[in-house]
Amino acid sequence: MAFAPDEIDFGSDHFTLFGLAPFFRIDSLALDKRFRELLTRVHPDRFTQAGESERRVSLQWSTRINEAYQTLKNPLTRARYLLDRAGRGVDQGNNTAMPPEFLMEQMEWREAVAEARTARETAELEQLHHRVKQRMNKGYDQLAELIDDKRDYAAAADRVRRLMFLEKLLYEIDDGMAALEE
Amino acid sequence: MALLQIAEPGESAAPHQHKLAVGIDLGTTNSLVATVRSGLAVVLSDELGRPLLPSVVRYHPDGTVSVGYEAQAEQTRDPRNTIVSVKRFMGRSLQDIAHRQSIPHEFQEAPGMVRLGTVAGVKSPVEVSAEILRALRLRAEQSLGGELVGAVITVPAYFDDAQRQATKDAARLAGISVLRLLNEPTAAAIAYGLDNAAEGVYAVYDLGGGTFDISILRLSHGVFEVLAAGGDSALGGDDFDQRIFCWILEAARLNPLSAEDARLLLTCAREAREYLSGHGVAPIDARLSSGELVDLELTTEVFTEITRTLVDKTIRSVRKAMRDAGLAIADVKGVVMVGGATRMPQIQRAVGEFFQREPLNNLDPDKVVALGAATQANLLAGNRDAGDDWLLLDVIPLSLGIETMGGLVEKLIPRNSTIPVARAQEFTTFRDGQTAMTLHVVQGERELVTDCRSLSRFELRGIPPMVAGAARIRVTFQVDADGLLAVTAREQTSGVEACIVVKPSYGLSDDEIATMLKDSQVHSRDDALRRALKETQVEAQRLIEAVQSAVKSDGDLLADDQRQALETAVARLQAVALGEDRRQITRAMNELEAETRDFAARRMDKTIRRAMAGKRIEDIAIARTAAAGETEGAA
Repeated sequence: MAFAPDEIDFGSDHFTLFGLAPFFRIDSLALDKRFRELLTRVHPDRFTQAGESERRVSLQWSTRINEAYQTLKNPLTRARYLLDRAGRGVDQGNNTAMPPEFLMEQMEWREAVAEARTARETAELEQLHHRVKQRMNKGYDQLAELIDDKRDYAAAADRVRRLMFLEKLLYEIDDGMAALEE
Repeated sequence: MALLQIAEPGESAAPHQHKLAVGIDLGTTNSLVATVRSGLAVVLSDELGRPLLPSVVRYHPDGTVSVGYEAQAEQTRDPRNTIVSVKRFMGRSLQDIAHRQSIPHEFQEAPGMVRLGTVAGVKSPVEVSAEILRALRLRAEQSLGGELVGAVITVPAYFDDAQRQATKDAARLAGISVLRLLNEPTAAAIAYGLDNAAEGVYAVYDLGGGTFDISILRLSHGVFEVLAAGGDSALGGDDFDQRIFCWILEAARLNPLSAEDARLLLTCAREAREYLSGHGVAPIDARLSSGELVDLELTTEVFTEITRTLVDKTIRSVRKAMRDAGLAIADVKGVVMVGGATRMPQIQRAVGEFFQREPLNNLDPDKVVALGAATQANLLAGNRDAGDDWLLLDVIPLSLGIETMGGLVEKLIPRNSTIPVARAQEFTTFRDGQTAMTLHVVQGERELVTDCRSLSRFELRGIPPMVAGAARIRVTFQVDADGLLAVTAREQTSGVEACIVVKPSYGLSDDEIATMLKDSQVHSRDDALRRALKETQVEAQRLIEAVQSAVKSDGDLLADDQRQALETAVARLQAVALGEDRRQITRAMNELEAETRDFAARRMDKTIRRAMAGKRIEDIAIARTAAAGETEGAA
């Protein structure tokens, strides 16, 4: 190939940092492996005996690698990152209004969560958690298709926005379960 | 693990061969110091062969102190001046301290952290802890025959920023260079994992004297990755004693107690608890100073009943940690029990029932944390042999946030984020000409500031005066590998990056540490100033060696003039490094550090590239082409 690794700017791109192709479908085992390999070399534990400058650089790089890893590991943040990278960020444009039927459905979910919480129905909350999780997994499959196969970034951004609602809902359900246990 | 160390302990090894490093478990009830000797982690005992040091400090009227068993023996006679369980007060305000009515200390309110009144003056918990750490340092130096390079000090995983900072300050005060603050369950996992060549997901249930931690870790390919941490930094064996204490008061119908009698009965309670770990009934006999006699029997059944809510509380934390880790019980391969309080049968039973498996007790629960810390200290000090290669990836246990309008919390860094981690946020001014602002940093999971722990108010000063809303202040919250938060700020409108001073409202400044050192009686028996000079000299030597070896291996990254500037700075440091003027050494070190900044960054780039070199170039090429294609597709 025409270029050697030292021509690549590892600082700027999460995918390049982990030697991965910039797709939604990623080899998560390879990601984990590369993450470990990189951190093993730059982690502050490797530099406790080094000078101030090296310790600072080690802290910065480890922070950067952690952030990149978390972003790529979670499918939703990975999708957002891919869209940002393609200049089609989720927050850009004015099409942030969600369709009414979607919002209606969200309200119904929320009410179900609140009711289960008030009635102290842990089993019901677990059920809801499971259902939301299933919906999200389906959403990830659609994202893979929209981003990797069709390159339909507008539709993908719409899907990501919906998934963000679902993720927030999931947090609420988990908070509810934690609160019932207190 | 290393198989052989050539240098015997006590022999002066060449600087590159074996560095004296220890692991310290600074516990609520007992503390320990351990080291790696001939490839094996061992706890260092005192001259009487006792491995534990009771975490008890007694202040005498002449300002001297006694630490450990000697102090413990006097705690009933002199409860006010004999400080026990000081770990519970670290980084805590007066209001934070549970059942303080029954603790026979003279608590005083003070900004940031509670203080303790003693016959030798008012002491901060940091100073009391420093006495314990100093005793352990002296024990280690005597036993190993030399000065320590540094120590790994363990803290509960659930310790917040203020508690961690207090621990680090105590170490500095005790003349210990901290290689790393290490979470106790993680330390235990190292000791257990390396011993058993374990792979898979493990839970570490750590119930100490005053703190409870649950950590879920994945061990694979030499990486200890904490997936979730939970717990309660104010729940431990002490609370079980407290329940027994209350039961005694009720069962024996006692009148209000003097400080001496309260301490006596608390000691009886602890003895009864420990006795019940091996027996079905514990006798409780005591004669109080009032003449009253206590003669009771506590059965396992009653004990289990009166402490049920405490056990349930720990199990709730376990459940939450498992949920945070996104794992089912079947995913867990083993449960490691840590801390003396896990000897209680009801704990063993409850944990066994939850995980549906027998907990692992094959390592001494009192020593396992110190042994793991020693192993990590050995690695960090650079006593690494081939094969000695593992990596710890720990997390921040509690979310970090800042106060926003209306007393709400905006979360910046969520709990269980792998450290080191950073987040940047932009702020602006709301008044014309405003030059300062306060950021209120809180730690916790709740939405309201009042429900979270207030960590610190960081003051930003030196903002250039502008009209309201024009300033762009970028504030970066960085949590380092010790789990400690640092806040930096920059004003960045018009390209001018003003330096903004950030000052936390807790933690000790270098000056405060220096004053404490000067004030303490320690000064006379352990010359603090001489130590400080020696330490700086060692640091200077270390820096010189580090830079020289860096130039040797990566000199090609330097232009001729850069290399020359570096060499000049090294020579300048060498000229003063062994002198008596500490300030002069520090100045030369700073100058050398400044020269290495750019070099260090380039060296790290090279390291990353080298890591990349193992990859097939084709993969990278595909990544590049695909990236280009995507951008085109999007345009």
